[in-house]
Amino acid sequence: MSDGPLIEVRDLVKHFPIRKGIVFQKQVGAVQAVDGVSFDIVEGETLGLVGESGCGKSTTARLITRLLEPTSGSIVYNGVDIAQANRRTLLPLRREMQMVFQDPYSSLNPRKTVGTIIGEPFEIHGIERDKDKRRRLVQNLMEQVGLNPEHYNRLPHEFSGGQRQRIGVARAIALKPKLIVADEPVSALDVSIQAQILNLLRDLQRELGLTIVFIAHDLSVVRHMCDRIAVMYLGKIVEMAQADQLYDHPRHPYSGALLSAVPVPDPRLAREKHRQVLVGDVPSPTNPPNACRFHTRCPKFVAGHCDVDEPALETKPGGNVAACHYPLTDEEIAARVPTAAA
Amino acid sequence: MLTYIVRRLLWMLVVLLLISFLTFLMFSKLPSADPVSLRAGRNATPELRASIRHTFGLDKPFFEQYRIYLAKLVPFDAHSGFKPPDFGYSYQNNVSVKAQILDRLPATAGLALGGMVVWLLIGIPVGIISAIRRGRIEDRVAMGGALVAISAPVYWLGLVALYLFSKDIGVIQIFDGAGSYPNTGSLFNSPFTVAPTLFLPWLVLAASFAAIYARFLRGNLLEVMAEDYVRTARAKGLPERTVIFRHGVRSAITPIVTILGLDLGILLGGAILTESVFNIPGIGRLAFDSIQKSDLPTIQGTVIMGAFFIIALNLVVDVVYAFLDPRVRY
Amino acid sequence: MPLLEVEDLKVHFHTEDGIVKAVDGVSYTVESGQALGIVGESGSGKSVSSLTVMGLTRFFTSARISGSVRFNGKDLLTASDEEMRRIRGNEISMIFQDPLSSLHPFYRIGKQLVEAIQSHRDVSKAQALDRSVEMLGLVGIPEPRKRVDSYPHEFSGGMRQRVMIAMALANDPKLLIADEPTTALDVTVQAQILDLIQRLQSELDTAIVMITHDLGVVAEVTDEIAVMYAGEIVEKAPKDTIFASPEHPYTWGLLRSIPRLDLPRGEELVPISGRPPSLITLPGGCYFHPRCPYVRERHREVHPDLDAVPGDSDHSVRCLLASDTRKRLWRELQDGKDPAEARATAGLDAEEVAS
Repeated sequence: MSDGPLIEVRDLVKHFPIRKGIVFQKQVGAVQAVDGVSFDIVEGETLGLVGESGCGKSTTARLITRLLEPTSGSIVYNGVDIAQANRRTLLPLRREMQMVFQDPYSSLNPRKTVGTIIGEPFEIHGIERDKDKRRRLVQNLMEQVGLNPEHYNRLPHEFSGGQRQRIGVARAIALKPKLIVADEPVSALDVSIQAQILNLLRDLQRELGLTIVFIAHDLSVVRHMCDRIAVMYLGKIVEMAQADQLYDHPRHPYSGALLSAVPVPDPRLAREKHRQVLVGDVPSPTNPPNACRFHTRCPKFVAGHCDVDEPALETKPGGNVAACHYPLTDEEIAARVPTAAA
Repeated sequence: MLTYIVRRLLWMLVVLLLISFLTFLMFSKLPSADPVSLRAGRNATPELRASIRHTFGLDKPFFEQYRIYLAKLVPFDAHSGFKPPDFGYSYQNNVSVKAQILDRLPATAGLALGGMVVWLLIGIPVGIISAIRRGRIEDRVAMGGALVAISAPVYWLGLVALYLFSKDIGVIQIFDGAGSYPNTGSLFNSPFTVAPTLFLPWLVLAASFAAIYARFLRGNLLEVMAEDYVRTARAKGLPERTVIFRHGVRSAITPIVTILGLDLGILLGGAILTESVFNIPGIGRLAFDSIQKSDLPTIQGTVIMGAFFIIALNLVVDVVYAFLDPRVRY
Repeated sequence: MPLLEVEDLKVHFHTEDGIVKAVDGVSYTVESGQALGIVGESGSGKSVSSLTVMGLTRFFTSARISGSVRFNGKDLLTASDEEMRRIRGNEISMIFQDPLSSLHPFYRIGKQLVEAIQSHRDVSKAQALDRSVEMLGLVGIPEPRKRVDSYPHEFSGGMRQRVMIAMALANDPKLLIADEPTTALDVTVQAQILDLIQRLQSELDTAIVMITHDLGVVAEVTDEIAVMYAGEIVEKAPKDTIFASPEHPYTWGLLRSIPRLDLPRGEELVPISGRPPSLITLPGGCYFHPRCPYVRERHREVHPDLDAVPGDSDHSVRCLLASDTRKRLWRELQDGKDPAEARATAGLDAEEVAS
């Protein structure tokens, strides 16, 4: 086990080109999905990536697991930069990094049995060629995630949404990976089932010593599951903090707005606090605002500063790291974020 | 949009070029069709054959022949600017291919366009009614009939139609029979004389197309009526008729435009079967006859003509689609 | 007289696989200007019951509808199709979850708004357009006179939902039914839309039925809440009561299985075990009993009625356990015990059940 972080991401960039032209298509612009993101993932932790649509969190997840190739930047896993690595280098690493996807209804091949789906990782990496032994391994996995091993030969459509998500998890942990990237794993599930899957992930993390990158837009879920959280906006990380730090005193105005927007199931809190409602919509990632990308909607915007100088990620009061020239003060947080411990 | 159209036109040229080359290659390598033998007749002396071969330029190397062919085909000349395209010369019929094609084109166009009108007039209402009355008797009868119409081969349908309805030999003599299409005149210059001769061909041609379109529209409409925006339309309190037509049919009919263009494009290249059964002198008949006689230049000409129509209509349809569906942006 | 009075509404779909009892005896009232929240998960019947109020389930040939739905005294279930059409989009409006698929992609929004207005008002196109622009401004769309010529796909998700709201309110309905209006939206946009709905409710004095699975949403917007499960209402009470002293195990389960920003971070999530039942083969007795941690023998056979809690006529619960027992269980759960412990402490296995 190394001392350093499991993964070091530095200046990661992913631009999706927009092409135009009659015969020869030139690039005229780009969707700047991820635009210079740096963070570490510490072994054994659960790191949360939150943000709204278009912030780049799903793209970041796919870049880390190399489902996409970055435009530039580095991703150092166990000392090896995998950002531009070829397929052969990546293949053994894929055993150690796995993904769990959002939609349990479309992420499983409907023509394959559950046993085949969960057994595929073994097949791809050439492990346990003996069919009976493999079957037993798969059935153990099914039990581990709370599925009935007798359903080995059933097809995905015979399972409910929550069970299908368990199948996805079983497939992900089949080869005992070090890292699991879960991209909105519970968003498509009913509320009463979400808790089952979240608890499952937590239990598995403890049993297998997993590191988890957890991506979600639901801030309550992220707070529950994660140790450390990065808040993303328009392709950049705007704040990164320990969970308690972020939820007790968010420093970036966007984090504050996100937190104050979450409806809380407590009528008294809803009545008492004055909520921070953001104006306008998220700008297009093809043409992001200058300097601080949030300045067009920020309640603390100062002309001449926020739209000229891009703020760097720096430590703010309380330990949060945020990219903001005018971070939220404790009074502002108390007034606008109903759930923060003021 | 403009750059899109220009790009498509350029592609069209590329495809036509490719097709012209492939047909030229295929037909010049075919053993059965040496135009010299066909032209010279049986008892030709070697000198006569050589002389014919030279006259037609068939003694030149392959690529040279192709280059000459292409130069004639392209409607543009370095010296004289735009010039009419020359499709070559039919050795057997002693007439230019282009003349033959232009002569036959009105018949095919009349058949195709008229047939199209008929199949739309039948197919669309049937499709809509079947969808609205899904599962009920109207739907079952319509879809059953459609199945029969699709399954029946056109030539069989044509022959049966002639047998039943043709004025000369039919059981019920109401329509003009085979061979009644005039040798001169077309639907476009003398509609009243020519149209009656096309009634039966139109109906036969339209039968299977109407069935396909009815089924297609029915499926589309059923899907569209289950969409959220139809639910919204009802929730707004719109009359059911408005919901079905302005919201439902309007969406369901858009893909029909695409296949309509393609079908028309294919038919303009010649509806061989229908033209044969009813003895209509169209491009399809021309192609068929040329194949039988191994008249290569004519075959080539009809192939290229057909390809041109399909590609051109393909482009027209895609552009029209952008006007029908505002989400489509080129 | 209440604005809307739903009584013993049943909607059964007769399908090849069996009878789907989507709504199985639901009753509630909505007063003028009031906001009712209907909370439930998929398969609870929350959407079907509202679609039935709007008369939109009549179009399904397999549907069998019974009970009564009285709007301003008039029974909507026995009304003619034309009468219902005149009420829809006019006196009762509905907005749906996904604003992109709920607007026709081929028509400009101005046209869709004008259409909604002209179906119910005898006005010229110009007048209808003016009203549309006015409504768009009311819901916070910038430059409404320009944007009225845009197509739905040219708006963002939040803007589209505002357009839907504008369309729904254009004819000044007395009741607005909102079916998961914010579920498909980002959380900051959700806040904007909820804010808008609340503001419009007070400005225009419209009654609202808010259907959602999100307890946070109902905590903000509603006055009264009905919790639905397997086609029935299992608990109904004013908002504060539901959150402060709920008395149905399903409600407890919902409240305790969601991660909450207002509770300490370390709190374990207590999921509700099992899955929602099939609406074709419902469990015997109490529909929730297979998943209920406090189930007793009798609950497998006897189906509970929705009864008022003794001493609080506004609060009704569908449960065979005695109210005192339930209050006790809730206190135990509040103290941090898990369901098994709470059950033991409340002495459920020894105690007699009051009928």
